[in-house]
Amino acid sequence: MNDTPAIELKGISKAFGPVQANKDISIRVMPGTIHGIIGENGAGKSTLMSILYGFYKADAGEIWVNGSHKDITDSQAAISAGIGMVFQHFKLVQNFTVLENIILGAEDGPMLRPSLARARGVLKQLAEEYELSVDPDELVENLSVGHQQRVEILKALYRQADILILDEPTGVLTPAEADHLFRILDHLRAEGKTVILITHKLREIMEITDTVSVMRRGEMTATVKTAETSPEQLAELMVGRKVLLRVDKTPAQPGEVLLDVQNLRHVDDAGVERLKGVSLQLRAGEVLGIAGVAGNGQSELLEVLGGYADASGAVTMKGVSLPLSGAGADGSARRKAGIGHVPEDRQEEGLIMPYTAWENTVFGYHRDPHYQSGMLMNNARIKEEAQDKMTRYDVRPPNPNLAARNFSGGNQQKIVLAREIERDPDVLLIGQPTRGVDIGAIEFIHQEIIRLRDKGKAILLVSVELDEIFSLSDRIAVMFDGQIMGERMPGETDQTELGLLMAGVTERPEGKLIDAVDASLKEKEAREARQHD
Amino acid sequence: MDKMPAWADAVLVPLISILLAAFLSALVILAIGENPVEAFKLMVDGALMRSTGWGYTLYYTTNFIFTGLCVAVAFHAKMFNIGGEGQAMIGGLGVALACLFIPFPHWSVALIVATLAAAAFGAAWAFIPAWLQAKRGSHIVITTIMFNFIAAALLNYVLVNLLRPVGAMEPATANFPAATHLPTFQDMFASEGNPLFRGSPANVTFFLAVAACVAFWVLIWRTKLGYEIRAFGHSESAARYAGISPVRITVIAMLISGGLAGMMALNTTMGEAERLVLNATEGAGFIGIAVALMGRSHPVGVFLAALLFGFLYQGGAELALWTNIPRELITVIQALVILFTGALDNMVRLPLEKLFLATRRRSS
Repeated sequence: MNDTPAIELKGISKAFGPVQANKDISIRVMPGTIHGIIGENGAGKSTLMSILYGFYKADAGEIWVNGSHKDITDSQAAISAGIGMVFQHFKLVQNFTVLENIILGAEDGPMLRPSLARARGVLKQLAEEYELSVDPDELVENLSVGHQQRVEILKALYRQADILILDEPTGVLTPAEADHLFRILDHLRAEGKTVILITHKLREIMEITDTVSVMRRGEMTATVKTAETSPEQLAELMVGRKVLLRVDKTPAQPGEVLLDVQNLRHVDDAGVERLKGVSLQLRAGEVLGIAGVAGNGQSELLEVLGGYADASGAVTMKGVSLPLSGAGADGSARRKAGIGHVPEDRQEEGLIMPYTAWENTVFGYHRDPHYQSGMLMNNARIKEEAQDKMTRYDVRPPNPNLAARNFSGGNQQKIVLAREIERDPDVLLIGQPTRGVDIGAIEFIHQEIIRLRDKGKAILLVSVELDEIFSLSDRIAVMFDGQIMGERMPGETDQTELGLLMAGVTERPEGKLIDAVDASLKEKEAREARQHD
Repeated sequence: MDKMPAWADAVLVPLISILLAAFLSALVILAIGENPVEAFKLMVDGALMRSTGWGYTLYYTTNFIFTGLCVAVAFHAKMFNIGGEGQAMIGGLGVALACLFIPFPHWSVALIVATLAAAAFGAAWAFIPAWLQAKRGSHIVITTIMFNFIAAALLNYVLVNLLRPVGAMEPATANFPAATHLPTFQDMFASEGNPLFRGSPANVTFFLAVAACVAFWVLIWRTKLGYEIRAFGHSESAARYAGISPVRITVIAMLISGGLAGMMALNTTMGEAERLVLNATEGAGFIGIAVALMGRSHPVGVFLAALLFGFLYQGGAELALWTNIPRELITVIQALVILFTGALDNMVRLPLEKLFLATRRRSS
């Protein structure tokens, strides 16, 4: 085997202001391997890859590609050094065809026809070699997310990339699509390509990589052979202490139905029906997990239940009917009815980022007479209680005068949780409780959710992380295309079955799983396209 | 912390911006063959060295405080109210109607009623764009600009056809009755032996403007409504999540904004002209934008920025009076100040931020 590393970084350092994003990082990625880079949010993974791809310039250090020193000043230089990147958020022109996207920026000459013809040939060959089949003449906007990702990979390969960087590639995929992606990566490795996989999911690292490097707080803490390590060890390396990966909990004791949702329908501003008759019941003392790939109506379900999106249907809370549009259908009315809500996007919804922590600890409850004194707000009392909440929920730093944006993701989430849980709601809606949250805080947040359940509260948990759904839920409902595809008990199902439901496949198909998933997703895309017209 | 200290942000950045604007202005004055040092001296002399000069400076300052607060309150709700000019014009109409048609026993009662009228008329003029924005999504920048023109046309019609005294040539109302005349600074502070503020237009509404600054601060940072306005301004989606109605906040913030703009007319119409004339606002509504930007939408900042622009207005008038520097050049100087403090804010801020970070890193 070739001994020259495909990529070698020597002593890379990069600071943004006083924040040291990368500190003296050295790494060797051998050709023909899949090299994982794992670390918590803010550990510096993305910065490191941005330096490698020429978006940032390192303050110090060298980049060596295939044994020669390269000065990568922009992405063009990275591409000519044979490096390709697949971003978390795709950079495709939606109303161009696949072929047009592929040649964009890599045209052979002023006329498009010869480039398109050549690309068509190359594409056919790549599709056969790597299981990367995509219809070259389809518009990108009509493709499923998984196929769009394939186009990104094809773009990189068309530019003759030997080294492929993928940034959190499975975040938007169904499990079956993710499996297919891993098969593609397998093929790439077999053909001698080098893959760098950035992720925060331990399972993916264990499944596909040959070598894994762990980053923590801007430093590379270890590089180990995947075969010689374990998820527990990696988690410990990421966080810097022992972490409990499983949630300890007793079986649920479901009580009376608190929240009864019948035939909920919601049409968004663009006129697309996002909820197509959702019905579910939520009982006291249980966690109902809503699994599903992002964008299948889960967000809308939370918004409608949280009171800030109109819907038709019926929702009753402890037997009392809640208005779904017009007067009384707003966030503060829902809070009064006893429904707390930890929203999916804490930065856009749950918190006002420039507000101080103490101002945020009453957000949504600020009209409570308890926080008023005469015409003014009782800021002294709010601050005092904020200090107390922050101490009890272990928010770091416990300084209520700091703006919310200065806290890490995990600590921001703790502020939201503290606010919602401390109001002692009967029903708590929680969306993506641990998105962008470090492993240490995940442990804490999961324990809080279970503690609340054990107090007899009802919890509706929406998460795109199947692992999270499995470890917290007492009952799992799967959403696809605005509908509940089915309910399962966590002990009686597995990832494959849920994965198929998440793609809208209710019957276990004969033949290849991915084909059934593909067909189902394609049908959904076509339906949506029709609805837009 | 990845920021420079608050005092540098609040004081140093605007100060450097002003100095840059002053430097460029000096170059322009040099270019037309005048002496910039002399010109500056004249401005300071005319605006700040005599009590009459102060009387004029503070008169303009009063206008700019009101219009600055008007723009600032809308900024807090992330709206750009360019309609201060029109709202002030219509506010003037409110003042004129109150003063002409209600027999007041004393100026203090007149001031209270006229204030309510001015605020109500200004707010009403802001309500339509606010409602269109909240309910229909018509962009408030576009609608408020259009409403400035409509206000001017409306005022023209009302003055020419309805309120003009019979036989008068000028499109203006009759003089207000004596009971509505507000005490000027001269009335308040001058004595036999010490003739202060002689003939200058500054009047009691200046104190009203200062009170408005205080009320503004309380409203924005101490009340539930201010909390909601700021929250809505930072993130509409978060506001919706929290049960804050975007329609309600949009409308209320614009009503307050329009009301403040309308109150500016107290100073010009009731305090100075003592009748309503065409174009009583003289562009103060637009200067309010610069004042709010420079004052960072904070009442203390707005007050100081209004003072600066008051100085520029009065000093500029002096220049036009005593030198060959044409009045248009004053507009150029004012425009430069606006350009540097408002539009080119980051040009000064970013290097300064870097400088602070560099020194801090070295010391740590």
